[in-house]
Amino acid sequence: MKATQIFQQLKLQFGDAILSTAEDKWPVVYVKAERLPEVVAHLRDSPGLDFDLLSSVTAVDYEDRFETVYHLRSLKEGHTLVLKVRVSRDNPVVPSLTPLYQSANLQEREVYDFFGIRFEGHPNLKRLFLWEAFPGHPLRKDFRYTTSISYAEPPEHEQAREL
Amino acid sequence: MSEDRPEVSEATPTAEDLKRMLTPAEEVPAEIRHNVLLTTVAKVVDPVYNWSRRWSMWPVMFGLACCAIEMICAVASRNDAARFGIEIMRASPRQADLMFVAGTVTEKMLPQVLRIYNQMAEPKYVIAMGNCAISGGPFAGSYSVVRGIDLYLPVDVYVPGCPPRPEALIYGVMQLQEKIKRQSILDVPWYGFGGEVDRTVAQDRRRR
Amino acid sequence: MTTLKTEQFILNIGPQHPSTHGVFRMMVTLDGETIVDVDLVLGYLHRGVEKLAEGRTYLQSLPLTDRMDYICSMSNNLAYCTAVEALAGITVPERAEYIRVIMAELTRVVNHIVCIGFYLNDLGAYFTPVLYCLREREKILDLFEAASGSRMTCNYIRFGGVAQDLPEGWLDQCRKLMAGFPAFIDELEELLSTNEIFLARGRGIGVLPPDMAVNAGVTGPNLRASGVAYDVRKAHPYSIYDRFDFAVPTLRGCDCYDRYMLRILEIRQSLRILEQALRDIPAGEVQSKVPKALRPPEGDVYHAIEGPKGEFGFYLVSDGSVSPYRWHVRSATFINLTVLPYLCRGHKIADLIAILGSLDNVMGEVDR
Repeated sequence: MKATQIFQQLKLQFGDAILSTAEDKWPVVYVKAERLPEVVAHLRDSPGLDFDLLSSVTAVDYEDRFETVYHLRSLKEGHTLVLKVRVSRDNPVVPSLTPLYQSANLQEREVYDFFGIRFEGHPNLKRLFLWEAFPGHPLRKDFRYTTSISYAEPPEHEQAREL
Repeated sequence: MSEDRPEVSEATPTAEDLKRMLTPAEEVPAEIRHNVLLTTVAKVVDPVYNWSRRWSMWPVMFGLACCAIEMICAVASRNDAARFGIEIMRASPRQADLMFVAGTVTEKMLPQVLRIYNQMAEPKYVIAMGNCAISGGPFAGSYSVVRGIDLYLPVDVYVPGCPPRPEALIYGVMQLQEKIKRQSILDVPWYGFGGEVDRTVAQDRRRR
Repeated sequence: MTTLKTEQFILNIGPQHPSTHGVFRMMVTLDGETIVDVDLVLGYLHRGVEKLAEGRTYLQSLPLTDRMDYICSMSNNLAYCTAVEALAGITVPERAEYIRVIMAELTRVVNHIVCIGFYLNDLGAYFTPVLYCLREREKILDLFEAASGSRMTCNYIRFGGVAQDLPEGWLDQCRKLMAGFPAFIDELEELLSTNEIFLARGRGIGVLPPDMAVNAGVTGPNLRASGVAYDVRKAHPYSIYDRFDFAVPTLRGCDCYDRYMLRILEIRQSLRILEQALRDIPAGEVQSKVPKALRPPEGDVYHAIEGPKGEFGFYLVSDGSVSPYRWHVRSATFINLTVLPYLCRGHKIADLIAILGSLDNVMGEVDR
């Protein structure tokens, strides 16, 4: 199915839940956070769309907001789609996709660990890679390196930006 | 006769005076630090003891990251480290003599590395394999990587490389064997005769 | 008759364990010897690569990709380079494309024979199969070393091509080695595929139904052993894979034995691709002109390749500067591990080790 057809179908079905669409290297749909599970359930279950593989769940910290990014693939039809959800930085809460796709289970925990975005409806939202007492969420742009060991020389970070 | 006597002050010597008077001006050589019987016995026992230990170093089966694969290659088909005495990797640290810290030590893993080191029975040696174990390696600037295992463990041999070739690792083992050859029962820390572990490298890197 | 009062207990496996393929920890809840639940504890090799890459240029992050899935470093390089090339619009000359395919398929062969060797290690055939497999792997590593300078962490595939041309005689050496390889695979199959103990330890263990596999995002040999024919090289072709004639094998058994068998079939298909690539490789340049401090235009891209363990992808966000704004790895093994608790329920501890071995995990990729 072409990207424009997918966009049309989604807009018809969900109206204002679809904030905008774009077509760059992958077709992108911006979805409202609260309506995300409905939209994704429709994408997964409706014949013709059949997005059965959730390839990747990640997030990006833009200075004024977070965006969670989902990459969906259809094994039957062969088309692909990117869903993006904008969340505010103060209270980042996104509905979890784990009830729909098990592949979101560990990936959402990773996003919670690195960004602090809470996923509502996740069965086991705990930190994954870092330990419970780790101060802060490291992949946020305002995270300052705090290692629990103090070293004689400061950690090198963001020196390459001077190039 | 009175001119030959040295000047002695009338006051009672203080603790500092006593310490100054009793500290020898020169380092006492190892041979006369212990009594004659001990040093003679050590002269006979040391060569046999060191020979048997250095040709039978069994490492603990413990690999962290990419260097672990080169460690496995060093004990596997082409570079057979069993020729050098590394016959078997022991899964239990209590039965091992040597620990290759092969790979990046992260802050989460650090307590487990130390726990395994503590579980090893002495005499035990540590080889820091790869740049990550020596100094943090390519990941040194990260928030969760320990910049070198020698901040926590006494490392005997450093094998640089990312990853070091299996031949380099075996060369590191050979250097360790040379080090063991030079050791004496009277100098090592684990027999209670007063030896000390050498920590000079790590002292400089750790901020107080 | 009095009933026995039993309790479940939690057994901790790892992070230092001979069979966990790296620093992997599981808290296994046991009822007697039967597994009730497996709780994964990850992060013992978490090196913060994604944050490190934000402070480096795109080229400086390339060695970081080698060290993620450290057995298949050429594949990781390829995934990263194709993603950056998609982001920045860089084209790759013909000869470089062929060299990349040759390296990627050699890496697939290396990965699968290492996986089979260590799977047998986990089953208890301690060390003989590994010695056989590593003997062949060393020959391929000689080729990698001749081309790139390093056996394992090659850092050879660069943006716009490869770092340098293949040395003289490399192609002939490779052809000779590949001509002898089917004999080695036959030897391995003869020893293993009909072995009674191997079948008993593999058949029916860790059955992964196909719809569960797709829903959990499992990709790669684990998915194809459950009957789903999804291979990124065929579904979304990258590089020049659409020119080669190869099949995507699938099996129906969904168990550990089939995951082993599928890897053998995939090695044979890789040898087929290698034969074609080694035959057709043209002369020419090996790298197009790319600035050292690459500044891709603003935007984001997700590009995945079929790595030896599954769909290995990079999500890169560029803000027009020399460093990436966001650098994310979609690592195949990390998502494959989602199904581990499901696969192990009802089996015994020895089966857990076998299942983990057949899933082929490498902690550098899981923890990044």
